[in-house]
Amino acid sequence: MKETIDYANQNYLKYVSLTAPKTKETRTLFRAFWVGGFICVIGQGIRTLYEQAFGLSGDELSSYVSMTMVFLGALLTGLGVYDRIGKYAGGGSIVPITGFANSVVSPAMEFKSEGYIYGLAAKMFLIAGPIIVFGVASGVLVGLVYYFINLF
Amino acid sequence: MEITLSFIKAFVVGGAICTIAQLLINYTKITSGKILVYFLLSGVFLQSIGVYQYLVDFAGAGATVPISGFGYLLADGAMKGAEKSLFDAITGGLKAASMGITAAVVFGYVFALIFKPRSKKN
Amino acid sequence: MNTIYFKTKPSILKTYTVAGPKEGKGTLGKYYDMVIGEDTFGEKTFEKAERKIMYTAVKSLIDKIENNTVDALILGDLLNQNITASFTAREVGLPLLGVYSACSSFTESLLLGASMIDGGYLNGVIAGTSSHFSSAERQYRYPLELGCTRPPLSQWTVTGAGCCFLGVYTAGMPYISRATIGTVKDFGVTDANDMGAAMAPAAADTIFNHIKNTNSSPEDYDLIVTGDLGSFGSRILKDLLWEKGMDVDRQHVDCGEMVFNMEESEYQGGSGAGCSALVFCSYLYNLIKAKKYKKILLAATGALLSSLTTQQGESIPSISHAVEIGV
Repeated sequence: MKETIDYANQNYLKYVSLTAPKTKETRTLFRAFWVGGFICVIGQGIRTLYEQAFGLSGDELSSYVSMTMVFLGALLTGLGVYDRIGKYAGGGSIVPITGFANSVVSPAMEFKSEGYIYGLAAKMFLIAGPIIVFGVASGVLVGLVYYFINLF
Repeated sequence: MEITLSFIKAFVVGGAICTIAQLLINYTKITSGKILVYFLLSGVFLQSIGVYQYLVDFAGAGATVPISGFGYLLADGAMKGAEKSLFDAITGGLKAASMGITAAVVFGYVFALIFKPRSKKN
Repeated sequence: MNTIYFKTKPSILKTYTVAGPKEGKGTLGKYYDMVIGEDTFGEKTFEKAERKIMYTAVKSLIDKIENNTVDALILGDLLNQNITASFTAREVGLPLLGVYSACSSFTESLLLGASMIDGGYLNGVIAGTSSHFSSAERQYRYPLELGCTRPPLSQWTVTGAGCCFLGVYTAGMPYISRATIGTVKDFGVTDANDMGAAMAPAAADTIFNHIKNTNSSPEDYDLIVTGDLGSFGSRILKDLLWEKGMDVDRQHVDCGEMVFNMEESEYQGGSGAGCSALVFCSYLYNLIKAKKYKKILLAATGALLSSLTTQQGESIPSISHAVEIGV
């Protein structure tokens, strides 16, 4: 026997959503656009630099660019700057790979107080863990599907 | 000139991808962890049907720096591996993305050792 | 009837407040007994910092008390298992009753303390609560350094502790005359950022019951103070009471709205168990003691959620305990 009580007072919820102060739509979109674009321009700059200066190309080039961006994201998080950028830019700093680095470093720093193994290392993937789980799983799925398609 | 154009392309495409994320945040209240997962999966999906490659060729870092580019890398690696063998089909994805993950783990650990979290001022 | 009448009118004899740096710069900054310079307070973790803040508040209050003895502590905070309260009591070495009703813990501790004294069981009780922005943020939300936006409805947890010494009736001192125990209310709000909307029904219910049970009207009070509804929650509270035929627009103030210089980033104002404690034990207590206000109703509000219930998709039940303070 399962009994669920629905606490929702629909009239009240409707009233709340109608009167609640709204997010400033255009302003947040504009901020996300220019900060996100700017981070990608930095990425493009690093890409061009590595291409011209070290003659890298292909997978090697994009891997080193990712590494550098992750480094920058992690460093800015450590310096306490990235959360300020995030508050300003929202999606603009969450979606770039620097935001991925931020979501790895911030819980790691935070839980350092609970120890280096069960705190720092274990909580490191508190937020970014799902990205790796879904990334690896979907990668394997795509690989297998293509492998079997290629067989026939 | 070509370089300037590549920068403009990266700015516009990268900015546009981030704006889509902001739209999602504004309308659905989903949190940053979920946004990252959704964008990653859409990158994997778009590459698996062969679309994301065009975006990467067009915008360079504008398409590879957002997390969807990470998904693109995973799918691309897996698809290239699938042409060689079953083994490469399974390992190809993670192999292609290994630099990003390794960097995140190593830098994450090192910087977490060095720095302390600060309270927000506002 | 959930309203208690204290026949002997237990008095609030002394108070002490310790506020964080941001709170110290707020509108009520000059009323706090102590403002700390760094919100880590020289400690390694934010939990330890919060503990030290509460310990300092309780210890300094004990030092201020001259003729009376403290029989027990009634302390509350927001952290899991009430660690701030219990670890503070470990240091102080006095008997402890730990209380939790989220941000309403302060009025709960006042209510319980007054009951103990009114019943003649104890002669002196310290009631108080604390909260800390960073330890609360860690427990309820995200890591501090994670770059994410603050939604416009969010509030800012107050760093600080406020406690007061309750004793038997003393002429000329503010006393607690009546109190109403809150009922848990849930109107189905699920957004953990929208505390104001979640808690307003509980506050409206308690304030309405208190005024109805005591056969009074809002005009009888100089102030009707809520704990941390924030600007938006306050608006809802007034609307809800208006619907029930009670107009509190002229008497109502909210501690959350008072505690910070309202800038863009605090959005709806302050929140947390320390919010009402800090504002009441400093600014409001002084005004009552100076007889600027003769009678106020303090109804702190608490959202009884945990990060687990939020993740499991539960709505947010809320509670509000009210105490009436006169002079």
